[in-house]
Amino acid sequence: MKYLDEYRDEKLFRSQLARLKSIATRPWVLMEVCGGQTHTLVRYGIDELLPAGMEMVHGPGCPVCVTPVEIIDKAIALAGRPNTILVSYGDMMRVPGSESDLLQVKALGGDVRMVYSPTESVRIALENPNREVVFFGVGFETTAPANAMVAWQARRQGIKNLSLLSSHVLVPPAVEMLLSSPHNRVQGLIAPGHVCTIMGTGAYETLAAKYKVPIVIGGFEPVDLMEAIVMLAAQLEEGRSEMENQYRRNVREDGNRRARELLFEVYEVCDRKWRGLGEVAASGLRLSAEYREFDAELRFGLEDISVDEPAECISAMILQGLAKPKQCSAFGTRCTPESPLGAPMVSSEGTCAAYYLYRRHSGEMGEDLCVAGEAV
Amino acid sequence: MSTREMPAMACPMPLAVKSHVVLGHGSGGRLSAALMRDIFLPAFGNPVLNELNDQAAVRLAPGRVAFSTDSYVVKPLFFPGGSIGELAVYGTVNDLAVGGAEPQYLSAAFILEEGLPLETLRRVVEQMAVAARRAGVTIVTGDTKVVEKGSGDQVFLTTAGIGVIPDGVTLGPQYVRAGDRILLSGPIGEHGVTILAQREGLGVSGELKSDSAPLTELCRALVKAAPGLRTMRDLTRGGLSSAMNEIAASARVGMSLEERKIPVSEAVRGICELFGLDPMYVANEGKLIAIVAPEDAEAALAAMRTVDTGVGAEMIGTVTSNRPGCVVMRTSFGTDRIVDMLAGDQLPRIC
Repeated sequence: MKYLDEYRDEKLFRSQLARLKSIATRPWVLMEVCGGQTHTLVRYGIDELLPAGMEMVHGPGCPVCVTPVEIIDKAIALAGRPNTILVSYGDMMRVPGSESDLLQVKALGGDVRMVYSPTESVRIALENPNREVVFFGVGFETTAPANAMVAWQARRQGIKNLSLLSSHVLVPPAVEMLLSSPHNRVQGLIAPGHVCTIMGTGAYETLAAKYKVPIVIGGFEPVDLMEAIVMLAAQLEEGRSEMENQYRRNVREDGNRRARELLFEVYEVCDRKWRGLGEVAASGLRLSAEYREFDAELRFGLEDISVDEPAECISAMILQGLAKPKQCSAFGTRCTPESPLGAPMVSSEGTCAAYYLYRRHSGEMGEDLCVAGEAV
Repeated sequence: MSTREMPAMACPMPLAVKSHVVLGHGSGGRLSAALMRDIFLPAFGNPVLNELNDQAAVRLAPGRVAFSTDSYVVKPLFFPGGSIGELAVYGTVNDLAVGGAEPQYLSAAFILEEGLPLETLRRVVEQMAVAARRAGVTIVTGDTKVVEKGSGDQVFLTTAGIGVIPDGVTLGPQYVRAGDRILLSGPIGEHGVTILAQREGLGVSGELKSDSAPLTELCRALVKAAPGLRTMRDLTRGGLSSAMNEIAASARVGMSLEERKIPVSEAVRGICELFGLDPMYVANEGKLIAIVAPEDAEAALAAMRTVDTGVGAEMIGTVTSNRPGCVVMRTSFGTDRIVDMLAGDQLPRIC
């Protein structure tokens, strides 16, 4: 498949790996920010091929994972409301709230619809003028413009029965939080390529300069990631700390200006709670004053729902790259994708879920969790 | 009260000819008989069914009897490469065939939703009849029920089948041993991806169609070519990964698969990338895996490739004694990862 096979090419990958081995002289600690990148690294076992001592730690960039439980509970409350249609992406359906999930609400008669494009909710609202339609969207800067389009179209078309339950987070404030932490171990950072496709590269240039940490904007396929790792190692070995763009086929310096204009017409920056990290200043988006009439939390009076995370979950450590899943006492036993205790086990792109899915067999896990019967 | 408002008072006999299924079609009365006469018998008619008894009485060849049942609820009813009717025949036939049986007789039970166009039912039934002929089985008994509009979704179908496992053929996961080879009959994911593309209204070109097919001939060829055939399993919901995990768990062995050996068509890969699916978990309706003693593996593979449902067959891995119950994939970069069971459903109502 064009534009895909090239980036999964074994020869190219091996030559990059050989280059890495020839230049890396020290055990650098690198972080990939995005959950999609974590997924590729673990799925292909790329981190296991790195030169001895070199380590990948996994960042906070899985949008489903960092969505606070109370937002899920709010979605569940809305889905159970009479005369209401809740519309969302498939991957939100199984995310557990504190007591239930959307699939269960649907099974009990709630009208929950899975879509591939947020603007399908506009069509659903027009087709059901006597019912309230709520689009439930979460994500980083990548998905925010498409979700913003729902409110934009609703406003332009004067659709009164459509609203948004959204929980959007921004990558740079979270990255800044972990780079500025006294416990930070990360020496080089692979920045999320798709976020930069929208936002451009400026924020990462600033972060690289401010924290003297090399940042490479990376893609999502094995060759992309290996190239990004090589670029980071080269910078570290040469004592540079610059922003570089590996994902040039998609990311331009100024990003996607039109998407950004739409984004900041519909949304404004706010403080936001991240599941596992807690409140991060100026790290989220909420509907701007002009669009607040489309805010489902206000429309249906849901602001009061709040939930505490299980104490046993070490997700704050995981999401900041300070611990690996195997260091958690609940990993694979009391915490599994079917009954997650916390953020990184929730979505398949979460770090713990990726380790559970692809790596239960690994001796590195301490004990082998994959025994007959348990694989089911 | 006028007769217009109470048609039943004006005409106590229901009309024999209808264009849509009504509740009376499941009543066991005249309408049921008309359905039998006009739709089922013309398509399925055979000496056993034509008796219209409460049971079918049949003779079987010597050997053990294999017996299986499955229900079909796919949406849409018709899709490129097949329909619910073909799935209902091939699905049950394949469950029998992978046990080493020669499938012989099927039952067919229809749950119809009130308001279903009779023409739609006729199409389903005719495609079942064609599928039964292709698979060499006879539909000898059946049943029809009608549920109120909204209580079903057009057609739900259940078939049960019986076949005979010839003496000397003993297959099952309990015979699987470390060192055995794993053979896959062709490219995976075609059925599930076709249904998804249909549902989402993707304008995909002609190359993408369901792999729905009977596997009897392929199974026969394997049994004949490989005395060391241990077990076979057809890949349906949950895809290749579920089948491998099920065998690994019940045989208490490990499975080691080679990612680069697993055939996936460009069209399936493309749709899977687009929707974020893994072809390993996508449904198939005409594929099987066979586990064969190492000394018979090449002969078995060659035999599979002589049958049209096995031309794309590949040897995709080896049974191991490591990590019993675990399926491990060797990636193209030489690393290993687990291939887990699917936690939930990737797609609703695919078969």
